[in-house]
Amino acid sequence: MTTPPSSPAASRASVTARAVITTEAAGGRTRLETLRSDPPLTLRQTGPGLVHLVSTGAGPLGGDRLELVIDVGPGTDLEVRSVASTLVLPGSSPGDSVMMVDARVGAGASLRFSPEPTVLAAGCSHRMAVRLSLAEDATVLWREEIVFGRHGERPGRCRTRFDATVAGWPLLRQELLIGDPAVDASPAVYGDARCVGSTLIAGPAWDAERDQKGERRATIGDGWATLPLAGPGVLASALAQDTVELRARLERAESMADVYATSWQEKTELAVPQRTPAVDAGP
Amino acid sequence: MGAQHDDLHDAADPHGRALRLGIGGPVGSGKTALVAALCRSLGPSMRLGVVTNDIYTTEDAEFLRRAGVLDPERILAVQTGCCPHTAIRDDIAANLDAVETLEERFGPLDLVIVESGGDNLTATFSRGLADRQIFVLDVSGGDKVPRKGGPGVTMADLLVVNKTDLAPLVGADLTVMSRDAAAVRDGRPVLFTSLREDRSAHSVAEWVTSLVNTWKHANAHDHERTTPTTAA
Amino acid sequence: MRQDIGDGRGDGMRDKPTGDAALLLLADSRLPAGGHAHSGGAEEAVRLGTITGPEDLARFLRGRLATAGLVTAALAAAACELATATADHPAGPYGQADGDGNPPDAGTGAGTGADPAHPWRRLDAEADARTASPAQREASRVQGRLLLRTARRIWPSTVLDTLARAVPEGAHHPIALGAAAASAGCDPYQAAMAAAYISVTGPATAAVRLLGLDPVTVHRLLADLAPALNDAAHAACASLIDDVVPNGPAQNGAIQNGATHDGIAQNSAIQNGAPANGAAAKARGSGWPALPGHTAPALDLLAEGHLNNPMKLFVS
Repeated sequence: MTTPPSSPAASRASVTARAVITTEAAGGRTRLETLRSDPPLTLRQTGPGLVHLVSTGAGPLGGDRLELVIDVGPGTDLEVRSVASTLVLPGSSPGDSVMMVDARVGAGASLRFSPEPTVLAAGCSHRMAVRLSLAEDATVLWREEIVFGRHGERPGRCRTRFDATVAGWPLLRQELLIGDPAVDASPAVYGDARCVGSTLIAGPAWDAERDQKGERRATIGDGWATLPLAGPGVLASALAQDTVELRARLERAESMADVYATSWQEKTELAVPQRTPAVDAGP
Repeated sequence: MGAQHDDLHDAADPHGRALRLGIGGPVGSGKTALVAALCRSLGPSMRLGVVTNDIYTTEDAEFLRRAGVLDPERILAVQTGCCPHTAIRDDIAANLDAVETLEERFGPLDLVIVESGGDNLTATFSRGLADRQIFVLDVSGGDKVPRKGGPGVTMADLLVVNKTDLAPLVGADLTVMSRDAAAVRDGRPVLFTSLREDRSAHSVAEWVTSLVNTWKHANAHDHERTTPTTAA
Repeated sequence: MRQDIGDGRGDGMRDKPTGDAALLLLADSRLPAGGHAHSGGAEEAVRLGTITGPEDLARFLRGRLATAGLVTAALAAAACELATATADHPAGPYGQADGDGNPPDAGTGAGTGADPAHPWRRLDAEADARTASPAQREASRVQGRLLLRTARRIWPSTVLDTLARAVPEGAHHPIALGAAAASAGCDPYQAAMAAAYISVTGPATAAVRLLGLDPVTVHRLLADLAPALNDAAHAACASLIDDVVPNGPAQNGAIQNGATHDGIAQNSAIQNGAPANGAAAKARGSGWPALPGHTAPALDLLAEGHLNNPMKLFVS
């Protein structure tokens, strides 16, 4: 998954791989219970509770079916990063390349998942699916950045699906279509951006009464927004021309999350419920 | 399938709710000034709510809030999507929602005023939204306006001709206006005001007071309905 | 109210076109339910200069339909299906499917579904989860509340009363639309079509008003979208079934393994046609988690920017 040299589609056969990370609490500390690599998904522990994805081999390529399973045990903390961006390429085998991540975060546990961007090379046909299951008092930061082709290149096709639930209740379900004629260059979807990114930040600190949805207003800036969700979390969202701008905007949006957590907690005590934003209720 | 109407307002049902008074008229005729004047006059003796409709939504609501004539919480603004007449006549859902929201939050109320966005002479309130309506003209539009008629002028329960202080300046003949209005209005009342000089709009306030009293008498509160609910 | 559930997949005439006239009423911009004051992000896009004329508008509408339009169509279809299935069985088989897609009490159905409001709250939560922008959630709830108010007087039904009670602050618009469609006699395909249609006609009309565009030109754009509207409505209905296919798209494989416990049996029941109402209902209700969730980051930004603009003419 490291950005390979400029070689186009590699010629290796498609692969199926399943890598696993699990943690457990051991004497008040997080222990990596399982760290199972499965090339091209190679995992390295790089610190306490810190794992890097160190991909060996190009791809994903068309026909690859890669799966990463993460199980963060109760009361443990895990951070997952990658050493380089992922370059999705067309392959010699027919079919989509598929990357699936199935993550569970247990009670009182936390997960920070912030890999480098995924770059959709020309001609690729890629699918990404993330299922993130949070226990009620689990905390997560989950970042996803997608780049529409290498420099000066039109992207291949990609469809992503992200499903986050908290104790079985839906928190965020999102799909992105990239390389679809209906959405390319639509001012409603990406406009003229060449990168899209989002970070879900969720946990009990962002818990809100579900029936006071109108109370939390978003914060927006140039090409980014911090969006308080109906459930216990916020979504940082950004559009940009390049990866540097994207990361800067996304981090700006992420930085607002903390403000939300505290201010919201205080506001719930004081706010008068007002349930009709059809109308402007006051200055 | 039996529908349950228990929490479903039929706007036409006047039972146990506030009188809903629509105030319409062309842009600049003084609708907002009249609403402010009525709040000043009636506020001390009545439980009021106000809904404003304007193309620049917050503008009129802000004017009223700044005027300090009414608790700002009791003034709601509705966006009309560039079509002020649609919001009071063809599709009144947002206005009804605002009216009921006021009744829910502050009820029981005696009077809810719905001020339309400035529109032309054909704009009138749906009976589903307003029980009674006032149409506001001003003399600077020329003294021929009442003769031209139009639903607002002819059908409103009260026609208010405002800015009489300007009549000499614009060459408007109030006698002509009065005579023409009477001719097309089938005996319904016309009042002349200068809201710049009479900031409480005494004559209009008296008319409204009488209206509210009659309304209350005819539609006495039913205690089972004093907990207003907004149809979800 | 009809009990059978059209899936809209048929290429020929649908068997029961009884809802067609109701569909026209429901999708008509003259339906007095507050829709005329929503621009679906178009007002802010006009303000920012990203919609300046018919070409921009066409791209805006196409992207909106492929994302928000598809999602609302699928939610409306699901709501219509739920309303139809529960109309005569208020405590029917729609229990609380959990967020991982596990069907409620697979097999027995006991202990769930006692409160007919519960599945409505659950479906409404699915709409919440697909609407990250709080401004868009509010706009959706306002429209849903106004639509339900109107629909309960035009097409009174216990289902609409249940929905109003289940989500007193206002159900999401596609949920209200689907329920209203069922009460009006529409099938899920028609509900999806109404939702998809409204998702583009509102912004198109707003652009006509705000930019003074030639209304005929803009209606031509809408006519050009007709095939895409059909596709969206079909895809929305197909998603009601696809989500329980065990070997379907990637996210339905290992990722959503929870959804596949008895997906095979239920799916085959559906594909054999005319399933027992309860079996179909359970299979589909349990599939809500996998309904489309296509997101449009630019629409989120536009919606939030619009909320901050004090000089707006439209609610959204």
